Amino acid sequence: MKAKVYVTLKKGVLDPQGRAVMGALKSMDFGEVKDVRIGKFMELEIDAASKDEETARIKEMCERLLANTVIENYRIEVE
Amino acid sequence: MKFGIIVFPGSNCDHDCYHAVKHVFNKEARYIWHKETSLEGLDCLILPGGFSYGDYLRTGAIARFSPVMSAVAGFAKKGGLVLGICNGFQILTEAGLLPGVLMRNKGLKFICKRAWLKVGNNSTVFSSAYEAGAVVNIPIAHADGNYFADADTMKRLEDENRIIFRYCDKEGNTTPDANPNGSCGNVAAIVNASGNVMGTMPHPERACEDILGRADGRAVFESILRGLAG
Repeated sequence: MKAKVYVTLKKGVLDPQGRAVMGALKSMDFGEVKDVRIGKFMELEIDAASKDEETARIKEMCERLLANTVIENYRIEVE
Repeated sequence: MKFGIIVFPGSNCDHDCYHAVKHVFNKEARYIWHKETSLEGLDCLILPGGFSYGDYLRTGAIARFSPVMSAVAGFAKKGGLVLGICNGFQILTEAGLLPGVLMRNKGLKFICKRAWLKVGNNSTVFSSAYEAGAVVNIPIAHADGNYFADADTMKRLEDENRIIFRYCDKEGNTTPDANPNGSCGNVAAIVNASGNVMGTMPHPERACEDILGRADGRAVFESILRGLAG
């Protein structure tokens, strides 16, 4: 099975990279951009018996390694 | 009195730490490869600076699962002294041995310079050789030193007097302008609740000899030696 994991910074956590990219976009005349937040996207290929089992296992992976829940949120999409 | 310096793949300040302990302070030291699991006979562990596992995913995120880290956690739980410097600090936060997280510097750049620091709590085993409120100058070298913790954690660190160094200007003012990387509360070094684990972004091991410019980092090691001597 395939799964996608999106790791994003929590609301209220300053994102200096997003801020810099937004500055660049504005200087390129994309003045309509109000905010940019940069996150991570991961694709996983997994041996799993069921979608539920897979989701539960990936959740554990996120909690323990893929995300740092002090500053990051994660979202899992299982195909 | 024996020091263990933990070497992860990508550590690059391990030799500096070894040099400081062995040649400046004349104490026993040995390297501990991250696959080792016995920390027998050691009194103080140092997690050195560097780029363990290439900083992949997040700084320290993968190193914290190295085999040696369970032993480090056990060592810390029993009251053993653990000093994490730079990448070592990042690994200790990822391992949950210290609160918070070190994020990308606010200015996005790798900063390599001498930083002015104000000594906070000087009654810990890592800081007793400093005078309270002293202003010292120790090198920093990092891209991810922007300390972040939520408001509750910051309050706890303040209330429990667990901040050891804060970035300041030459006069000792801990202003936003004197904050090189955007750290919450200008935090540069903290200890855990029981005071036996310290994480510091500044590199005391690079400031132990006058020939290196200044020796303001010596007092970290002198404090540890004093603490171990009881």
